[in-house]
Amino acid sequence: MAHQNNDNKILKLKNFFFQWEWVLVLLFIAINIINASISPYYSNISGLLDATMTFLDKAFIVLPMVFVIILGDIDVSVSSIVALSSVIMAVSYNDLHLPMELAMILCLIVGTLCGLLNGLLIVKFKELSAVIVTVSTQIIYRGIAYIILKDQASGNFPQWFSFLGWGYVGRIPFIIIVFAICAVIFSLLLHKTTFGRYVYAMGNNITASRFSGIQVDKIKIIVFTLTGFMSGVTALFLTSRMGSTRPNIALGYELDVIAMVVLGGVSTSGGKGKMIGAIISAFLIGMLRYGLGLVNLPSQTILVIIGLLLVFSVMIPNVRLTIKKATKQNLAMANDKSD
Amino acid sequence: MKPTLKNKSAITNISRFRELGLLVFIIVLSVLVQLRNPNFLSIENINDMLRNTAILSILAIGMMLVIITRGIDLSIGSTLALSGMISALSVSANPEMHPVVAIMIGMAIGLMCGSIIGLLISKGKLPPIIASLGMMNAYRGLTFIISGGRWVSAHQMPASFKNIATSSILGINTLFFLAIVIYVIFFYFVNYTRTGRQIYAVGSNPESAMVSGINIDKILWLVYTIMGTLAGLCGVLWVSKFASAQGDTAMGYELSVIAACVLGGVSISGGSGKVSGVIIGSLLFGMLDNALPMINVSPFWQQAIQGVVILVAVIVNAIVKQRVQRKNLMRRKV
Repeated sequence: MAHQNNDNKILKLKNFFFQWEWVLVLLFIAINIINASISPYYSNISGLLDATMTFLDKAFIVLPMVFVIILGDIDVSVSSIVALSSVIMAVSYNDLHLPMELAMILCLIVGTLCGLLNGLLIVKFKELSAVIVTVSTQIIYRGIAYIILKDQASGNFPQWFSFLGWGYVGRIPFIIIVFAICAVIFSLLLHKTTFGRYVYAMGNNITASRFSGIQVDKIKIIVFTLTGFMSGVTALFLTSRMGSTRPNIALGYELDVIAMVVLGGVSTSGGKGKMIGAIISAFLIGMLRYGLGLVNLPSQTILVIIGLLLVFSVMIPNVRLTIKKATKQNLAMANDKSD
Repeated sequence: MKPTLKNKSAITNISRFRELGLLVFIIVLSVLVQLRNPNFLSIENINDMLRNTAILSILAIGMMLVIITRGIDLSIGSTLALSGMISALSVSANPEMHPVVAIMIGMAIGLMCGSIIGLLISKGKLPPIIASLGMMNAYRGLTFIISGGRWVSAHQMPASFKNIATSSILGINTLFFLAIVIYVIFFYFVNYTRTGRQIYAVGSNPESAMVSGINIDKILWLVYTIMGTLAGLCGVLWVSKFASAQGDTAMGYELSVIAACVLGGVSISGGSGKVSGVIIGSLLFGMLDNALPMINVSPFWQQAIQGVVILVAVIVNAIVKQRVQRKNLMRRKV
């Protein structure tokens, strides 16, 4: 009995350490070591903290995107939502002369509404996959941003607004603190609430979830609305860091965000994944970009590396699974023969 | 007995209504635009429109095959840029090269790009959106690396290469001629060959396709390879048409191609789609591109208008499908 217990414990430990998240942690450490060894400017605490500022604005969208992908859906309109809400904020401050606080709230509202529209369309027309709905709203949202601002830039924000993107509390950048709070909230929401459990259930089997009384439509709408809201948050921080906005701001963010989530071990077929994995991989990709940039690797090379990283990170667990299945089948066949 | 017959004809009407509806929409649109700008239906402009639509529709036909198998290929913009860039570079290095060789080079690069994605999806069991997203980044980066971030501009290309897009075969512009050849080949391929029918089978029900002995991996690999090859061909045509190869050629073009497919009635959930529909869809999309500037719509409005048109088309498609299904159910009940 005691022996078995021991075995169980070992198994549990094994399971604990054989998780994708640990691979990510190892990768993260490896990247940091490599970065530190190729650039003498890398291992420098304040430099590292500053580096996080350059990619954390994206990471805000990673949090709700984990929910979307666990549902088995995908949202490619986030970058356009960022652009639209940022443009509306800038225009309402500069051209409509609203107070900045109100413009910021408007930015969040626009993001939320865009997300809500995505959710409503997806729920209302069940034949349409989320990909196709968000591809079209992606074009529409950015199109509206172009209508509003044409090809101009809009800046001239008040001095204090730059605090969001550049400010420090003590020695820690403000954006890190906000991100940490958001990350904790979203992790709790996913892993500790019934809402989170429902999301997993829907990702695994939406029909069964519907029949077991989960309000499937409502949850989907909430998840997409949350994604819109967090895109609004990203718009705030990004605009603040840039100091001005243009309709083509945040182009291609959706790919970065999806790459971060998928690399974080969240399965695109739905139902699997953890928040912590996505957060680690957001830092991993961010640090990789920063480090490779420090050694003057052109950003196009980084593009290739990240693309390949995305493909291989998703493929490796798949291949392991097929090998496992194949060996199992072989074993079964061998057993049949011996019988 | 009679009412069932009537019902049946109503249903076939609805599913036919799509293409007819699109055609009617195209005609109404062109009449309206013609009223505002009499140059719209001039031979010159129609020629221009067909040339513009040729590349889009060639890509859309490849994308149709991919979408029929329930997949999606986001990498074609990058594949197009990479193969266009490589063929432009090789042409500018050897100006005596025959244009056909340049096209072959482009198609070979496209074939390689496509078959890598196909392998990742069929053998690596990657979801298509992830595989094509990852390789999209990789190919785009490669394009920049190979070109060193520089453009290949018009004066570096020999006239024979630039003539690919402007010359004509049998009195028809080469681009459009190639497009027609491809329509015919693929119409025959998807309707009358075994492999073509297997593509539909894999898309409409993968499990039963597997049980009935179709090699799903092979079919999946094949559609992405075809898609890549067509993208490679279009890469050369694109570079020749615009007489410049850039690192960011056709960035985001994959969305237009997917939109043209969806407009043309290719169901994103797989299993259905027709060559004729895709051609009409691309034509409508190309027409919007051409007509909006001609009636003085500000270029800043164009993107939003295109987006709305796509969304409406997709939603109408969904509603029609809902109706058809409901009718089918009712019929079964009777």
